[in-house]
Amino acid sequence: MKYETIIGLEIHAQLLTESKMFCACSTKFGAKPNTNICPVCTGQPGVLPVMNQKAIELAIKTALALNCKIEKSSVFARKNYFYPDLPKDFQISQYELPLATLGHLDIVVEGKKKRIGITRVHLEEDAGKLVHKGAARIMGATESLVDYNRTGVPLMEIVSEPDLRSPAEAKAFMETLQHLLQFIGVCDAKMEEGSLRCDANISLRPAGEQKFGTKTEVKNMNSFKAVFKALKAEEKRHEEVLSEGGKINQETRFFDDITEQTIGMRSKEYAHDYRYFPEPDLVPIEPSADWLAKIKNTSGELPEAKRDRFLNEYKLPEADAEVLLATPALTAYFEECLKLYDHPKTIANWLMGDLTAYLKTNNLAIEQINLTPAQLVEMLQMIDKGTISGKLAKTILVEALKSGKTIKDIVAEQGLTQISDEGEIKNIIDEVIEKNPKQVGEFRSGKDAVVMFLVGQVMKLSKGRAKPDAVQKLLRQKLGQ
Amino acid sequence: MLNNLTAHEAHSLLASKKISSVELTEAVFAQIEKTENKLKAYVTLTKDEALKRAKAADNNGNFTGLAGIPIAIKDNMCTKGILTTCSSKILANYLPPYDATIVEKLAAAGAAPIGKTNLDEFAMGSSTENSGFHTTHNPWDLNTVPGGSSGGSAAAVASGECILALGSDTGGSIRQPASFCGVVGLKPTYGRVSRYGLVAFASSLDQIGPLAKDVTDSAWLMNVLAGYDPKDSTSVDIPVPDYRMALVNDVKKFRIGLISDLMGKGTDEAVKAAIKDAARKLESLGAIVEEVSLPTFEYAVPTYYLIAPAEASSNLARFDGVKFGHRSSDAPDLLTMYYNTRREGFGAEVKRRIMLGTYALSAGYYDAYYLKALKVRTLIKQDFEKAFKHFDVLISPTAPSPAFKIGEKAADPLSMYLSDIATIPVNLAGLPAISLPCGFSGGLPIGLQIIGEAFAEEKLLQVAYTYEQNTEWHKRRPTL
Amino acid sequence: MKIDVEAVAKLARLGLSPEEKKLFGEQLSRILDHADTLKKLNTDKVEPTSHAIPMKNVLREDKVIPCANVDDILLNAPQAEEHMFKVPRIVE
Ligand SMILES: [Zn+2]
Repeated sequence: MKYETIIGLEIHAQLLTESKMFCACSTKFGAKPNTNICPVCTGQPGVLPVMNQKAIELAIKTALALNCKIEKSSVFARKNYFYPDLPKDFQISQYELPLATLGHLDIVVEGKKKRIGITRVHLEEDAGKLVHKGAARIMGATESLVDYNRTGVPLMEIVSEPDLRSPAEAKAFMETLQHLLQFIGVCDAKMEEGSLRCDANISLRPAGEQKFGTKTEVKNMNSFKAVFKALKAEEKRHEEVLSEGGKINQETRFFDDITEQTIGMRSKEYAHDYRYFPEPDLVPIEPSADWLAKIKNTSGELPEAKRDRFLNEYKLPEADAEVLLATPALTAYFEECLKLYDHPKTIANWLMGDLTAYLKTNNLAIEQINLTPAQLVEMLQMIDKGTISGKLAKTILVEALKSGKTIKDIVAEQGLTQISDEGEIKNIIDEVIEKNPKQVGEFRSGKDAVVMFLVGQVMKLSKGRAKPDAVQKLLRQKLGQ
Repeated sequence: MLNNLTAHEAHSLLASKKISSVELTEAVFAQIEKTENKLKAYVTLTKDEALKRAKAADNNGNFTGLAGIPIAIKDNMCTKGILTTCSSKILANYLPPYDATIVEKLAAAGAAPIGKTNLDEFAMGSSTENSGFHTTHNPWDLNTVPGGSSGGSAAAVASGECILALGSDTGGSIRQPASFCGVVGLKPTYGRVSRYGLVAFASSLDQIGPLAKDVTDSAWLMNVLAGYDPKDSTSVDIPVPDYRMALVNDVKKFRIGLISDLMGKGTDEAVKAAIKDAARKLESLGAIVEEVSLPTFEYAVPTYYLIAPAEASSNLARFDGVKFGHRSSDAPDLLTMYYNTRREGFGAEVKRRIMLGTYALSAGYYDAYYLKALKVRTLIKQDFEKAFKHFDVLISPTAPSPAFKIGEKAADPLSMYLSDIATIPVNLAGLPAISLPCGFSGGLPIGLQIIGEAFAEEKLLQVAYTYEQNTEWHKRRPTL
Repeated sequence: MKIDVEAVAKLARLGLSPEEKKLFGEQLSRILDHADTLKKLNTDKVEPTSHAIPMKNVLREDKVIPCANVDDILLNAPQAEEHMFKVPRIVE
């Protein structure tokens, strides 16, 4: 029998705020255990939470980028369960009244565009970290230690509709979402580092069937590759069970990235009952039209719109647009250049060619270089004016990237401007003629091609600063005498 | 005796240098020495700290407001480095790493904190019998309860074991003990006083307020307590008036509603008589008193004991033996540690309410109990709003009876809950209310409750002050 | 109203003695029966009240203020090790 796969994703993204969701502790990663903590985020008796404005704005910004409806009034709720990494033994989250609902994100799979529904976007606080003693994992550990540094870091949860039909689509969704989150600057979205996390619900149904099959939830997918592999494995497992007439148990499964299989987690003896209720210590979020407009203004143009503009307005090839939109920093660099220099294709060529090559070789990101868009443009303008040659510019660019010096300084220091003084070139030509009597003789006897050798000698002596066409012209004049 | 002075009287003597703050503080501790073994009003005394602050006030010499006044703090408000137990075994050793906002405000005002007073464990109760450590006794009759949960604070004020005290009120926990101990207790409007550092019982109902020997002292303490706190999202950012300006001896043309629903068969005859007398007194002073019915009042108690325990069950989850407080020595694994720690650390009433609240929020019962209660809460609020279209303030008994005997209601939690019928609706609606002495029955004080609209504390104070200035009840002191 | 005391106590991580279970079972049943009086009120068109005083958008600026009393927080830990809170083994 043929089956259709149904996948929905639940994504958690750490928001790029300085301080935590409900207290003024730093969100910095990698501090000594329990140093970024305070009475509030360790759940001391008597403390109260206060919402971080930036976190709410970043979540709204995301929701707008995902075409969601921002709810008139959204409310935090308490999700009650006991665990040592949760100091209050409840998590402040959103439940019945989330920040935003009913959005969508377009993905492209095998060249085809597909629209994936977004069920909701909401805010919550992260839990702390457990370090297990006596074993690598919780199983077999003799004791555990709790670090509350991460407790209370703002998390945004994005839930997709079960619109995804294959592991490849799920992976594409995650990649597109990551790109978007990085692009609008709300999250650094690194799956490997845990700033972007994903759980998946997957079920299979016979092709043509309307009713959903029993789903399982897959956890512990720490990269795009893992998302793909885990869902592939789980899809296969469902198919095998179903085609043998078996039944899928609704359960949570853990992806083991070594065996590349999913493992059923022992189901709790009693089901979770989180006893959600409105958090009485917080008040509703009711964004005004003004506030929403202000947030929208900070978002700028979304990747999709930019892509369209690059293709239609700048007439860039698709491949170029793809590369230029790969990272938000590169896009911003390109657009900065474009403001100063109205030749999109030229800029694109330099960015995609020499600059990218340099970054790759030296394992750098564009954010890490000193060369400003203005300097790059200055160099391009020097080429246009004939002050330097295009070939020379390549060397200058690398030198500028390496040394951190400005283009102007490099050109000035090394005397690299093209020689426009004819007299100087004529002197060099005289020198070359004197030093190469054999070749001069050959030329004079009709071997015209030899002129290129002589031009080359002139260029060498001028250290590339002479214009080749001018040299040839002067050389012919001289030898024709 | 200096310790029997009100704060405003003591202030005059301090300001004119007739007494020092150290003398005043020592007088309070002398009284504690004398009567505390009978009353058991305190959980922790901080004599050194109090004398240090008193000395500082004396050295400063600039006695404004509550500077140099010894004050008792209910032991559910966090004091940095000073035991804060909530009268619970689970917090018997807890040293808060921070001060509650109101503790900071008292320090800034120069008051001398003399100790932490006893309460029903986590403020759950109406008698202090639920304290995990000891029961506080009513200074008017040591065989009766002082009320609760702020019973320690009320008993301390009444007996002169402090000049002033702080209480907290979730369903009547300031007003009912004030009524039982013959002192003045004010529950401010929800959001008027910061809750930051008040160990939460029911977050949407809790409010800190003064317990004092008279109405004037209540106004003075409100001047220190009230105000917006950026650390409490539910504290309200509106200007704070000078509450002393409301102390005007005049109720002419005030429209006062006597809540008839609280004058029925559940209320003692003596209490009804005292309240009727008080109503007549106010009338004789020029107020217009009429009866008013708030029909949803009969639903207030069940509404309260669904909402308050629900919030409490979540607020008290953090007492799990991981971060602070008691941890069972029998803790072979995490789950067993949770069970044993909470079994050993919590008393029966706390367990009962955690059970009730957990149940009310659990799957399948949320709509029928918790959500239903939130809706009825809306109806109760609307009832008040209707009444305040016609009346400036409402009056009623604070409690249906004077103080009851220790042990009398301990076996019957429901009847204990029902005795809070007059105070609970006020918390559900977030309104301010004051209780002040208006009579005696069998040697025990009776309290008059005056309820106002949100943020109308000044009206309450004016009516209360006028009543007090024209009666003598507040001048009586228990003999111990 | 009959309550599954065992299940509720488990949710609340509350260890109860057999006597407490029996007592609470009875008392809670009585209290909940009393709470059923609320059913007499029609609340179909009534909005629930979570906050008595309606408020919205109370926010703080995204600014880090390091806590001065981190060590006092750890001092209260029943058991600590390596600047972390220690808990016994977790059996799911
Ligand atoms: Zn913190």
